[in-house]
Amino acid sequence: MDAVFKALADASRRDLLDRLHADNGQTLGQLCEGLPDMTRQAVSKHLAILEEANLVATIKRGREKLHYLNPVPIHEIGERWIGKFERSRLTALSELKKALEQEKRDE
Amino acid sequence: MSKPSFVYVTYIRATADKVWSALTSPEMTAKTWFGVRHDTDWTKGASWRLVFPDGRVADSGEILEIDKPRRLVLKWRNEFKPELKAEGWSRCTIEIEPASGDAVKLTVTHQLDGEGDKLIKAVSGGWPRILSNVKSLLETGDTVMKD
Repeated sequence: MDAVFKALADASRRDLLDRLHADNGQTLGQLCEGLPDMTRQAVSKHLAILEEANLVATIKRGREKLHYLNPVPIHEIGERWIGKFERSRLTALSELKKALEQEKRDE
Repeated sequence: MSKPSFVYVTYIRATADKVWSALTSPEMTAKTWFGVRHDTDWTKGASWRLVFPDGRVADSGEILEIDKPRRLVLKWRNEFKPELKAEGWSRCTIEIEPASGDAVKLTVTHQLDGEGDKLIKAVSGGWPRILSNVKSLLETGDTVMKD
């Protein structure tokens, strides 16, 4: 679990996970296209750390290596500290936060 | 074939046989897989059904590939929700490979043959829970979440 938190403690790596969350199964090249400020080597290094922490899973398709956001370790973190009885209230709270923040943006 | 919509991976400190059994035997799927059991004779080409405890059929299909305890490929269609059934066939692949130390790597991919996102959305909520259950049952002897 240390590896998961270390991997998540970096804004660039969270950004990579966000990109996979939006569009799962991307190649290194596709991920680099969306990140012109980062070198290919840097993206590749961040992906290796995410894969080491099992937050990114890869599969080979022909010559391509596709990267997927793997939610299983994050699910395990949720299971450890968020009881299932709290989940519906937490969902309601985060929906409320989302709705209120959206309203504020729309003003 | 289109690329898989999702890939789920977990590392489990157990043998491949134990992981296979946690996903297939009725005693174990009662704990790991929301109480369902498989109805199949586990041979290539055999029909396959996932059955709820009350006897209703959740999903049905066919065993496309089986290489116990390494690889299982299922042709899979939902049976109990009309809007999911309407999306037609999907393919679920379960792979168990040796990993470092005394662990194995369990990988699940699931993709729809045609167009649509309802079935994949529905199963994508379930797979992380099933994988967590298998891991915690085999490593600690209990599941975190039984339902």
